Amino acid sequence: MTEQVLSIRNLTIDYVGGDSNFRAVKDVSFDIAPGEFFGLAGESGCGKSTIAFAVSRLHRPPALIRSGSEILVGGRNVLDLDDEALRSFRWREVAMVFQSAMNSLNPVLTIADQFYDVLRAHSQVTREQARTRAAELLKLVDISPDRLSAYPHQCSGGMRQRIVIAICLALNPRLLIMDEPTTALDVVVQREILQRIDVLRKKLGFAVLFITHDLGLMVQVSDRIGIMLEGELVEVNDAITIYNAPQHPYTRRLWASMPRLHGEQIKPEANL
Amino acid sequence: MSEPILQLDSVSKIFGQGRGLVHAARNVSLTLTPGRTLALVGESGSGKTTVARLIMREYVPDGGRVLYRGAALDARDAKAVKAYRSAVQMVFQDPFASLNPTHTIRYHLERPLRLHQRQLSASERLAHARELLERVKLDPDQLLAKFPHELSGGQRQRISIARALAVNPQVIVADEPTSMLDVSVRLGVLNLLNDMRSQLGLALLYITHDIATARFVAGEIMVMYAGQVVEWGDTESVLNNPQHPYTRLLLAAVPDPDRRFADTPPGTELESIEVIREQAARPQPETRQVGDNHFIRPIPV
Repeated sequence: MTEQVLSIRNLTIDYVGGDSNFRAVKDVSFDIAPGEFFGLAGESGCGKSTIAFAVSRLHRPPALIRSGSEILVGGRNVLDLDDEALRSFRWREVAMVFQSAMNSLNPVLTIADQFYDVLRAHSQVTREQARTRAAELLKLVDISPDRLSAYPHQCSGGMRQRIVIAICLALNPRLLIMDEPTTALDVVVQREILQRIDVLRKKLGFAVLFITHDLGLMVQVSDRIGIMLEGELVEVNDAITIYNAPQHPYTRRLWASMPRLHGEQIKPEANL
Repeated sequence: MSEPILQLDSVSKIFGQGRGLVHAARNVSLTLTPGRTLALVGESGSGKTTVARLIMREYVPDGGRVLYRGAALDARDAKAVKAYRSAVQMVFQDPFASLNPTHTIRYHLERPLRLHQRQLSASERLAHARELLERVKLDPDQLLAKFPHELSGGQRQRISIARALAVNPQVIVADEPTSMLDVSVRLGVLNLLNDMRSQLGLALLYITHDIATARFVAGEIMVMYAGQVVEWGDTESVLNNPQHPYTRLLLAAVPDPDRRFADTPPGTELESIEVIREQAARPQPETRQVGDNHFIRPIPV
């Protein structure tokens, strides 16, 4: 068996409160293989983003990862890393595209400077080298290198999203986490970005942890899918199986609540 | 067939000046009929919301006419304008921004009554607010005294719908009412809009970029691109037999579990989308009828 890029074992996360704790993630375990496109689906509040943040240790109090949980990336337990190790781990091994990625660029820095910021923090580069590398990366996401001198507000939402993805790929991470990366974009732009990611991961070999509540989209792009309900991972299967033969009743209910574009329409009373 | 209640007759809206003109809406014509739903679909920036705002009289059209019950409204006739504002109500996209965080749900529901039905007494207003909440399937005892932040997104959107229904509207303009909601609560809100439409005989304009939900609620659909309606007709006809390249592009981009990336060589579908985009950008032949109730029109050059 080949080594997994990400192995999550018995992950339990609480949001610690004054009177009582809220268990957001309940004993979740799954693996992502090298180059795999893994989807994590579920409705708001099911804990999917909490997992995404925990994998890169970006969770903040009151979130608390309970002991006994393991997040293994390249054989190391992320939860044991000290600050220095964590700093080199982020971006280099796991990079993350946030939900409002369009707004995660610094508005007062040019695109070139945003690349330099990441590259300088993680490797020895000069401004010139960083600019050359940034130009290469922008080409990957189909943006002209002329844009390096632009500011974020001069780029469209879809472009900003692609720039964030390019920055995430700057240090060749082995895992790219995308937390609802396209919810703010319209369908055409969304499709273009996801196809671009799909091409890139096949070319560069990184794995993807993709989080969304759009099950149709998820089946279309993912190799395997995990379905979450109230903090628990209720079903993990091949995308095809999730679509054609969902095992868990919740997965079936999710499908029953999605209006169809063609063929027989779902029944109005199908409700969660 | 019942009489149309609201019509746009070749309405245009232009923003900017000098060389930076943007035709946000260009000769848009549409008809809303009591008891029926029309869906308006298109990508961001295609002019969908501009059309909604033109209907809501937030923008003054630069050309064309808005007809209510067959006649253009006289802007100087304050009484008629107020009646129009009561009859035509809007449900907004963002249920987190469209309710005032400093006021209770009761205030939100009573305010339109204070403005438009001044003859009601305080107890009548309260009774009406409770009735509205029940109509949108929320519990009045639980919710009346609550503030918006105490409610979920789906509940808030139901409040927005209740507020729109408060003053017995004839027309509801729903601008992306479910795009900020979870998949699992979307259907409930769509069903609610549908029920209200059929029970109260409302004319509904449903604006969205999610074509699958448009098919779910609307009998007729219009596709907008660059400020212009490029294809329109019966929903089934337009979706099953799209004639305009832009409609095809939109349909090709809709997430579809039957067309998995894994089943096609990497990137091939992306190219096909780019090809369609190019085609869509080319001028099309003149407006023509392609089905019983199904038309397409050239794209502005």
